[in-house]
Amino acid sequence: MSQASKGEKHEAAKDRSMVLQKQMIAEHYERLERAPETGEPVVYTFVPGNLTELIRAFGALPVLPEINALQSGMRGRSRDFISEAERLGHSEDVCTYVKCDIGMLKSGNIGPTGTRLPKPDLLLLSYTGCYTFMKWFELLREEYDCPTVFLQVPYQGDGKLSAEHRDYIAQQLRGQVIPALEKVTGKKYDDTIEAELKRRLALAAKAEDDLVAVLQSAKKKPSPIDAYFGGVYYIGPIFSAFRGTEEGVAYYEALRQEVEARAAAGKGPITPDGPLDKQDYRLVVEGPPNWTHFRQFWSMFSDWNAVVVASTYTKVGGVYDFGFRHDPDDPLGTMADYCGGCYTNLNMPSRIDMLVDYIEQYSADGFLINSVKSCNSFSAGQLLMLREVEKRTGIPGAFIESDLVDPRYFSAANIKNRLESYLQMVDARRAERAGGGGGGGGSQGAEARP
Amino acid sequence: MSESVRCSVGIDLGSTTTKAVILDSEGHIIGRGITNSRSNYDLAAAVAREEARISARFGLLRKEVERSAGRDVLDQLLKAFRLSQTLAQLARLHALIDDEIDRAVASALRRPAHDAVTLIVSRIEDEEQAWFDAPDERAGDRSDFFRDAAGSAYMRFAEEIGDPIGASFDLLAGLYDKCIIRVENEPLELGFRDHIGSALERIGSPAAVRDGIERAVSVTIDEVCTVGTGYGRARLPFPKEQIRSEILCHGLGAHAMFPATRTVLDIGGQDTKAIQVDAQGIVTSFQMNDRCAAGCGRYLGYIADEMNIGVHELGPLAEKSSRRIKINSTCTVFAGAELRERLSLGERREDILAGLHRAIILRAMSLLARSGGVEEQFTFTGGVARNPAAVRALRQLVRENYGERTLNISPDSIYTGALGAALFAHRDVTARAAAAPAEPGQQAGEAEVQR
Repeated sequence: MSQASKGEKHEAAKDRSMVLQKQMIAEHYERLERAPETGEPVVYTFVPGNLTELIRAFGALPVLPEINALQSGMRGRSRDFISEAERLGHSEDVCTYVKCDIGMLKSGNIGPTGTRLPKPDLLLLSYTGCYTFMKWFELLREEYDCPTVFLQVPYQGDGKLSAEHRDYIAQQLRGQVIPALEKVTGKKYDDTIEAELKRRLALAAKAEDDLVAVLQSAKKKPSPIDAYFGGVYYIGPIFSAFRGTEEGVAYYEALRQEVEARAAAGKGPITPDGPLDKQDYRLVVEGPPNWTHFRQFWSMFSDWNAVVVASTYTKVGGVYDFGFRHDPDDPLGTMADYCGGCYTNLNMPSRIDMLVDYIEQYSADGFLINSVKSCNSFSAGQLLMLREVEKRTGIPGAFIESDLVDPRYFSAANIKNRLESYLQMVDARRAERAGGGGGGGGSQGAEARP
Repeated sequence: MSESVRCSVGIDLGSTTTKAVILDSEGHIIGRGITNSRSNYDLAAAVAREEARISARFGLLRKEVERSAGRDVLDQLLKAFRLSQTLAQLARLHALIDDEIDRAVASALRRPAHDAVTLIVSRIEDEEQAWFDAPDERAGDRSDFFRDAAGSAYMRFAEEIGDPIGASFDLLAGLYDKCIIRVENEPLELGFRDHIGSALERIGSPAAVRDGIERAVSVTIDEVCTVGTGYGRARLPFPKEQIRSEILCHGLGAHAMFPATRTVLDIGGQDTKAIQVDAQGIVTSFQMNDRCAAGCGRYLGYIADEMNIGVHELGPLAEKSSRRIKINSTCTVFAGAELRERLSLGERREDILAGLHRAIILRAMSLLARSGGVEEQFTFTGGVARNPAAVRALRQLVRENYGERTLNISPDSIYTGALGAALFAHRDVTARAAAAPAEPGQQAGEAEVQR
């Protein structure tokens, strides 16, 4: 069929911001590689609940193992890393981010851009709803025999972070996380460091403003962005090492300008197959993408002129579009609020509310859940969420299954079939609502048997 | 000037079988065809379409002459037609096997191999003739495929006569396996014109039928729009608008067969789909198996191969079970191992099969639950819906989980997807006709529609 080969040959079209981001990431990995010589301390931490401003204020560099794993997945290296981890005894069902990371470590610890990753001076575990993260750092602690600090962020089971929860987090920041950082960096948390932290929190808030403007531009028709496939690039810097940095601020300024220019011109996002100005379906997506077949997955959408206008995955490292911003005037309190509010730490009713809100605010035609095989933290309850969102919006949802970085779990034919079926279902319902009858004929009982 | 029938066609390129349905301009079914997909979707689509056209011509013929010639004569003519098709394929198989023997079999074994194959083929011919002569047998009462019909007879006779003649069963079975694929992959002349003459002679050329045939042959079947669906749909040389997902087609097809349908279960060769539809047959929700084809039709295919029986014999054998064995795994890859282990433990084949059928349906029940449950009425489609043991297990599990539900199974359920596709094609034609006002002297929509 004509669309089967579309876009497979030519190079991916890229936004200017994507080029900029690629450069930033490469430079960060290079800096990490040099860290053993430059003496910059290295702190491993996870995306949800990352305390980048604090780490940076102490002059340390963050390493984010999930980012390494997903980058390895996008660059076609995760299969070998996962096999390596399985040889070491990790079962097929273990989170594939973990296996990809462990496999990379055991294969020489060469990061996705080809530079060597430094050993951690500190493992900073900010627990925000993913239990596997704990086990992951336990494995790394065994491996590196380095200090570990554990920030316990209470799960928002009641849908909100209470004052006690907030105090509890701030107290741990003061009593455990900061002392741990003091120890590995040899610096005291004095007025100078606190001033630096505040400065960085202000930079974070600035970038957050620009990011939100970018994400909310998708309310326009046509949407100038794809808020899932494009969205994961847009969140790249702010979810990894660049929140609270000058580079981060510059990136989001540039990105916002780029997107606003597209919006003003009435243009759609750039996809791997070219510009998507004609948009037939506006979708909301829940769940992480598949990284190993990212372009192919995206093409399945863009082939059908389907654009994603909002996604929950782009909130795993922080939810900013409901008003939260880092507040330089209350450093510890704002970090507590930030950690508690990450998408991974939200209960199911909150996630449902968010999806319903997106469907309504972004005038979506449909929503889709990509249920990830090896991430129970994300997948548990997703079907119930689907039913509830269907009930509240009257819009049917789609359910597809893949994985984060294990290519064995990506069945292109199956996913394409489900996605196409869903989009055709949306069409059929539109035709039905438009009074076309849709059914195409009543009883066909009469037949001519030979 | 000859008459022309304006038709919409649906083609369902399944992983195992390819089906075609032809509708007339009123949306009524006038022809259906089915063939093995044989990993060659282009050929399969062509053969299924040709078979559907043949059945449409028989339909026309029936309309023409049923009153004058009588129903029995037409049934007999159809049987004669099928016999003629089968004998042609059998002759081709025989020729290919002869070539293969001369090419690949050790010289000392050639003579006995040729003799054995000649004898086997003549036994099959006798059996086919006997089927034709038996008054109780109808053309539609047996497997549609040459591979199934001829294959199991070939193996039976090979076992019986191979060794006495000096050609081992393994040798004969190997020759068959090698050549049957080629028979299936050659576009044999199986069309109406090619076989209707010899079929007519076989039933004594009654005059009433002869004239009708002339007219049935002369009618132009004008396929104004085709919609493709199924696993191989991407292979069809159609624009995107003429391709529909099989999920939508099964929903619409099931609705057309049973208009009160709200839930559809389709178990095909590669996948299982649980579908909810609204009162118009439009899909509102669906779930399908993930990347693994465990518990689908292909699984039963492996089991049948393991047991050396036809896939259509599995269900009836399972029905003889008196004590169902509990089986948890429906992994296709491990199907053989699971079966052999059970057999080695001394379990009876029918009891194992009963357990396997239930395991398959249990998987389907999970998809049904996830898609929104089983609503009234419930329609079961796909090749597995022909399997009585699967149907029994489904009926029981639905009752236990959802209470009494009307379970619809059409004897033609295998055509559900193709019917849905044909209905989409029909609807497209109708919509275009409504959108474009008819030019004088031209039927509405004719200018734009394409094959």
